[in-house]
Amino acid sequence: MNNPSAPAIRFEKVSRHFGDVKAVDQVDLEIGDGEFFSMLGPSGSGKTTCLRMIAGFDRPTSGSIHLYGKEVSSLPPYDRDVNTVFQDYALFPHMNVGDNIAYGLMVKKVAKEERQKRVDEMLELVQLSGFAGRKPSQLSGGQRQRVALARALINHPKVLLLDEPLGALDLKLRQQMQIELKSIQKRVGITFIFVTHDQEEAITMSDRIAVFSQGRIEQIGSPSDIYERPASAFVAGFVGTSNLVSGEVAKRIIGSDQTFSIRPEKIRLGSANDKPAADMLSLDGIIRDVVYLGLYTRYLVEVDGSVDLVVIEQNLKTTSMDVLSAKGQKVRLSWHKDHMSRLGG
Amino acid sequence: MLNRISTYFYQRPKLVLAIFLTPPLLYMVVVYLGSLFSLLINSFFAIDDFTGMVIREFTLKTYLQIFTPANREIFMRTATMAFLVTIVDALIAFPLAYYIAKFASPKLKTWLLIAVTIPLWSSYLVRVYAWKLILAKEGILSWFINLFHLTGALDWLLSLPGIGGSSLSLSPIGMFIVFVYIWLPYMIIPIQTALERVPGSLLEASSDLGAKPSQTFRTVILPLAFPGVVAGSIFTFSLTLGDFIVPLTLGNSKFFIGQAVYSYQGTGGNIPLAAAMTMGPVVIMVVYLLIARRLGAFDAL
Repeated sequence: MNNPSAPAIRFEKVSRHFGDVKAVDQVDLEIGDGEFFSMLGPSGSGKTTCLRMIAGFDRPTSGSIHLYGKEVSSLPPYDRDVNTVFQDYALFPHMNVGDNIAYGLMVKKVAKEERQKRVDEMLELVQLSGFAGRKPSQLSGGQRQRVALARALINHPKVLLLDEPLGALDLKLRQQMQIELKSIQKRVGITFIFVTHDQEEAITMSDRIAVFSQGRIEQIGSPSDIYERPASAFVAGFVGTSNLVSGEVAKRIIGSDQTFSIRPEKIRLGSANDKPAADMLSLDGIIRDVVYLGLYTRYLVEVDGSVDLVVIEQNLKTTSMDVLSAKGQKVRLSWHKDHMSRLGG
Repeated sequence: MLNRISTYFYQRPKLVLAIFLTPPLLYMVVVYLGSLFSLLINSFFAIDDFTGMVIREFTLKTYLQIFTPANREIFMRTATMAFLVTIVDALIAFPLAYYIAKFASPKLKTWLLIAVTIPLWSSYLVRVYAWKLILAKEGILSWFINLFHLTGALDWLLSLPGIGGSSLSLSPIGMFIVFVYIWLPYMIIPIQTALERVPGSLLEASSDLGAKPSQTFRTVILPLAFPGVVAGSIFTFSLTLGDFIVPLTLGNSKFFIGQAVYSYQGTGGNIPLAAAMTMGPVVIMVVYLLIARRLGAFDAL
């Protein structure tokens, strides 16, 4: 029944409606075997609903979901070879760490010695050896997170679903767990589907990202694709910050009033009489605002008296004194023509 | 002025605590524990058989009277009834509480909770008398049973020795039905509260990890709802143990603990024996709580 050459997950025109709300609207999607795939989007964009339909907590209103070629849309969660790491971890409070991790094996009636052996392996994988006897309430957020991961992985699922698992952790721990998750994924070789609203997290860990908005996928691609060649104004705005230029100014630069996007860090800030190179595009403006951020400085440059462009420059040679005095100066902005992307919508 | 007063109290949080805590604490210690203590003291006195006066001297004579065959039977009868009522209440309450806590929409939930508690708005006496009429020989229940041609089954049930009687309202079965009805809300509410606190994600996680619904029920739902069941059973068990209205109104003439206490302190005029009889349920409840704790009922609190 299972076809190893089939994609790990395939959505075929999947919709999920809640009354009049189209939480997921005609989504087609393929996720490859062994991929680290992120579903990125703001809350209410349909990414979590997609994840819940893969897990079996929710069923599509229409369309079908295939797991390695096998239609699973109407199977209950306990008959699917996928496991979930929950946003709130969902550890059983009345069981200790060892019993929590062994739960999947226990309900499948795996022998006790085998269970013990695999729990020990898992505890080692998530670096929690010696914690088997603790109760979840005695663990820190990061440790609970690891237990939830071990509890899901012990069943050797075909696909692991992660529902914003790092959301509750502080920044340092989150960055550490991002690297750890990625390395665990490489070691176990399981397809990971990761739901997040944090674009940096998605870019750090993923092989591919699907950007969701209003129940639809706006763009699917590698992190660099998504960042450097956003397909729509939504993607350009949601993943990182972007300057969107349209109308008269766009016409002057690219010869048509089609909207294009240019990232703040790709724009060079030069003095008003700089001569840009042949493959560079340029615009004159006045610095209206300066925000000194330590590592870099953010400038707000007014162009044509109408458009404001955000420019970011690293403080390689400049100090806070230098940058703050730049307010009101006339500048010439320039960027490489390959660095901007024309948007379809 | 007002500012200075509030500053004064702000700087002395312990004084504020003392002011707020003293009245309820006084009530608790003096009125509540005090009366229990006087009950305990009285149970160690005895009554002069000849004059009927209470002799205020320490004695265990009164406690010995509890162990006469007649009184032992009263204890057994009451405890058995309380036990059965608790079991059946738990069995009826659990699915209902589970539905209210986990499936009902917020609006339906409000209505169901109102429905569960509505009986508590009316007088308990009125409800017991209403049941007496419902269960009477010519009552609505036997009319209903007759409608389904089940009078034979009812007659057979009432002919059973020990629990039968001339009609439902005059049999232990009828008393049992009324007890189950009257304490049911006290079982539903704690179980519902306990289930309400179980996050839905735990049930999803269990199912996600491969547990069939029956396994999820046994390994996740039941253990987490257990403190609620125990809390509810404390109500149903102790309320049945001490009740005297229901046995007085329904059932046959055989005594229950509450009834015995009522008649000893009233018509019997034997306060020490009434006090000693009352200590019986107290001891039973203490043992019950110790067993419940041993079973881990309070671990999850």
